[in-house]
Amino acid sequence: MGGGTNSYQEIEETDAILLWGSNARETHPIFFHHLLKGVHSGAKLYAIDPRRTSSAQWADSWLGLDIGSDIALANAVGREIIAAGLQHKEFIGHATTGFEEYKRAVEPYTLEYAERETGVPANVIREMAHTYAKAKTGMICWTLGITEHHNAVDNVLSLVNLALLTGKVGRYACGLNPLRGQNNVQGGGDMGALPDRLPGFQHVEVDEYRQKFEKHWGTTIPPKRGKNLTQMFEAMATKELRGLYVIGENPLQSEADQHHAKRMLEGLDLMIVQDIFLTRTAELAHVVLPAAAAWCESEGTVTNSERRVQRVRKAMEPPKGARDDIGILFELAKRMGRDWGVPNAETIWNELRVLSPVHAGMSYARLEAAKGLQWPCYDEAHPGELFLHSRLWEQPLTGPRVAFNPVEHDPPVEKLTPEYPFRLTTGRRLSDYNTGVQTAGYDSPLRRRESLDLCPEDAERLGVCEGEVVSVSSRRGTVDVAVRVDDSLRPGMTFMTLHFQDEVATNFLTIDATDPKSGTAEFKAAAVRVERRG
Amino acid sequence: MSDESYWFKPPPRARELPMAPVRDEPPPVEITIDGRVLFASSNATILEVCRSIGIDTPTLCYLENLTPVNVCRVCVVELAGSRTLVPACSRRVEAGMVILTDSPRVRLSRRMVLEFLGSSVDLSTAPQAKGYLARYEAAPTRYGPPAPPANARDAREPGHHHAPEGNTSETVAQPTKIDNDLYVRDYSKCILCFKCVEACGTDAQNTFAITVAGRGFDARISTELNVPLPDSACVYCGNCIGVCPTGALMFKSEYDMRKAGTWNEPAQTQTDTICSYCGVGCTLTLHVQDNTIVKVTSPMDVSVTQGHLCIKGRFGFEHVQNRHDEPK
Repeated sequence: MGGGTNSYQEIEETDAILLWGSNARETHPIFFHHLLKGVHSGAKLYAIDPRRTSSAQWADSWLGLDIGSDIALANAVGREIIAAGLQHKEFIGHATTGFEEYKRAVEPYTLEYAERETGVPANVIREMAHTYAKAKTGMICWTLGITEHHNAVDNVLSLVNLALLTGKVGRYACGLNPLRGQNNVQGGGDMGALPDRLPGFQHVEVDEYRQKFEKHWGTTIPPKRGKNLTQMFEAMATKELRGLYVIGENPLQSEADQHHAKRMLEGLDLMIVQDIFLTRTAELAHVVLPAAAAWCESEGTVTNSERRVQRVRKAMEPPKGARDDIGILFELAKRMGRDWGVPNAETIWNELRVLSPVHAGMSYARLEAAKGLQWPCYDEAHPGELFLHSRLWEQPLTGPRVAFNPVEHDPPVEKLTPEYPFRLTTGRRLSDYNTGVQTAGYDSPLRRRESLDLCPEDAERLGVCEGEVVSVSSRRGTVDVAVRVDDSLRPGMTFMTLHFQDEVATNFLTIDATDPKSGTAEFKAAAVRVERRG
Repeated sequence: MSDESYWFKPPPRARELPMAPVRDEPPPVEITIDGRVLFASSNATILEVCRSIGIDTPTLCYLENLTPVNVCRVCVVELAGSRTLVPACSRRVEAGMVILTDSPRVRLSRRMVLEFLGSSVDLSTAPQAKGYLARYEAAPTRYGPPAPPANARDAREPGHHHAPEGNTSETVAQPTKIDNDLYVRDYSKCILCFKCVEACGTDAQNTFAITVAGRGFDARISTELNVPLPDSACVYCGNCIGVCPTGALMFKSEYDMRKAGTWNEPAQTQTDTICSYCGVGCTLTLHVQDNTIVKVTSPMDVSVTQGHLCIKGRFGFEHVQNRHDEPK
C-alpha cells in the first residue's frame, strides 16, 4: 500500500520537519497551514530545495542543494547519524533488516564529500542530521523535487532509509509523506489506476487477488502487469501500442519533450479523449467524449495526501452534451455488448468495498457522517488509521521486518556543458496549476505569465534585464520567453513553470529521461542555453 | 535488499489501532451559570460552557477557528467578584465561578456596544449583528442622524482626530475599495472585529498583509502603507472574506450581483465537495445560484481546512462557468 503515513494534524505536533523538494507554501497551501502550526509550536523546519522558495523562507535552515544531488545529501545525513551514534538502535534491531549493508553503503558519503557534491555547507548538513536524529518526533515530507527525476524511486528510498535509521515511522508525528500533486493522485492509486495493481493496491500478479476479481466480475484479467505512461510512449514508438483512451489528462502538453510526445500521439491509429475541455490533446483525437467536471458536476470520492477518502458531490448541471465519466464508461460498455446497469457512484463504491479490504469499512453513510475516513478502514466499526506502520513498534513485531534499501547518488542524466551551461528546473506557482486547463479560467492578480527566472548574477553576466525576451534552448527545442530576475535562485540555475504552454511551451525543453521503476520523467533537470535575441 | 514478497502482499494489520497520545484532562470544576450549578472542564471557556447548555451568547469577533481577541465586547458576562464584565469568549472557567449571562448590567453593556456599532457602521449585510440589535433593543438612531461621510479616513494620522460635529452620529463610511477581480473591501461595513487580521496572520494564512492602522475612532483595517491589494503582500486566499461577519469583505461576484439586484440567497444551494486542484483535499462549499457558482466557502468543522482555503480553491472555479457560454 502506498500513501502518506501521517495525518495533517500530526505535523502540528511534531518536533522536526524535513520539507524535501517541496514548495508546499505555494503548491499545498492548506497543508502548509498545518505545518506552520507546527513551526509556531516550536518544530524545527528544514527546507531542502535548490530554490530559496517561499516555503524555505519559513525554515530554520535552508539547504540549497544542487539539483539532483538529493541522494548524496540524504546518504550523508545517514552516515553522520551513524557516525555520531544517533541511530535508533532498538528500532533497527527490532523491525529492520539490512542495516549493516546500509552502513557500508553510506560510508563514503562524508560531510566533506556531500558539501562538494551538493553545495550545502558540511556544518549545515551535520546540524540537520543531529537535530532530526535527536528529535523525539520528526516527519519527512516531499513533492516532485524528489520524484521528477530519472532516479525518483531511489530518491524516495534514500529518505525512507533516514526514517528507518532514526525510528521515525510508525509512531504519532513520525513518518514519511509524499504530498500529492493532484486532488486524486492517491485515489487513482487506491482504485488500481496503476499498471500492476487492482483496486486496494492488490497486485495483479498475485493469483489469489486476481482470481477474487475475476470471480466477482465474471471475466478473466491479464495475469501480468501493464505498462506505465513512459512505457506506453515507448510502445507507441514501436507501434506495439496503437490506440489510446485518455481520460482527464493533457499529455500533449504535460509530457516532457513535447515534440516527441506530439509525434507519438499523432502516430496512433485511434485516440479517444474524454475531458471537460477540448484540450490540445483532444484536438489531436479521433473521438472526443465531453465529460462533466468530476469535482462539481458528478458524485463520487477522492482520496487526499493523508489517505482520507472524501465525497465529491454534484453541485450543478454539466453543460448540455457533457456526461458524467461513469455514465460514459457504462454507455461504452453497453455498446460493446455488456450491460452494467444504471450508472451510480455509490453502487460502484460498494462493489469496491467488497473487493478491497482497506476500503471495506467506508460506507457512504460513514463518509458523510465522519466527513471522510482514512484507509485502511477494514470494517464498519474501524475508525481508519491515523498513521501507518504502527505494527513495527509492537512487541513482538507484527509481520515482517522492513529493509533498508541502500541507494547511490546518480546526478541528472543531462550534464551541463559549455554549449548548455544552465540547469533548468520546473515547478508550480501559487495561483496556477499544471498546464493551465483549469486555472486559465480565472483572473488571478498574482499571475505573471511565463518567465525564465534567473538569479541577478546570471542576468548581469548575460547582459539581460527583467522583461527582456530571450531564447532558451535545450537539446530538444527552443522557446522564447521573458526574463524575470529572482534572487531565490543561485548562479547556474533557471526556473520555469508548465502553466502557459500555449504561450511558452516549456516542455519543448524538458527531458524525458525517466525513472525505470516509476516511469517519471526528469522534469526537474534539463540543460539549457540562454541567448539574447539578435 | 528488500524482500520482493513485501511488494506483492501487504504486511499484516497492526494488533492495536494507531492512536494519538492521550492528553491529561484537568479535573472538572464546579461553576454556577444563571443559577444552574454544573461541572465543566477548566480547559473550556465560559462561552463554550454557555453554548453547551443552550445559552445563546452573542458574539461578533469570536470564531471557532480563530484565537479569541476580546475586541467586540458583545459576549461579556457578569462574574461575581469581578469589577468589570468579562469576555465569555476567552475567559476560561475556574472553580467556584458564579456567572450571570443576562443580568441588567450585561444587557445594558451589550446594548451600548451594539448601539455604537449600529450608529457608526453600515450593518446592511450583517444579519447576525442586526438580530442582536433587535434582541437587546438597541436604538442606534438616538445618537442622531449619520454624519456626512468623512472620506479621508485612510489618510488620518494617529492622534489627529477631527472634532465631531455633535448632533450627528459619526460613521466609518468611506468609499468601497475595488482594486482586483476577486474581492472587494467596503470598510463602511467594518466593525473592527479583527478576524480578517487573524485569518491573514498566525491563525491561518500567515501572510500578514493587513492589520489595524490608526487609533481610536480613526482605526481601520489597512494594507501596509494603505497600498491597493495588488501591491500588497496579499495572496488572495480569501480567508479574510471567510471570517468577515458583516460583509465588509465580499466576493466580487457577490458584490456585483448585489449591485445588480440579482443576489438571491434563498435561491442558492450549498453543496460540499472536494477541491479539484492539489492533493490536500480541501472541502469546498459551493454556493450555486442559477447553475452558477457565486461563492466558495469551507466548513470550519472539517479537519483538513478548518474553514480556510487558498486562491485556487476559493476563486479557481471559473473554468466550469465559462462553459455555459458555449453553443448548446
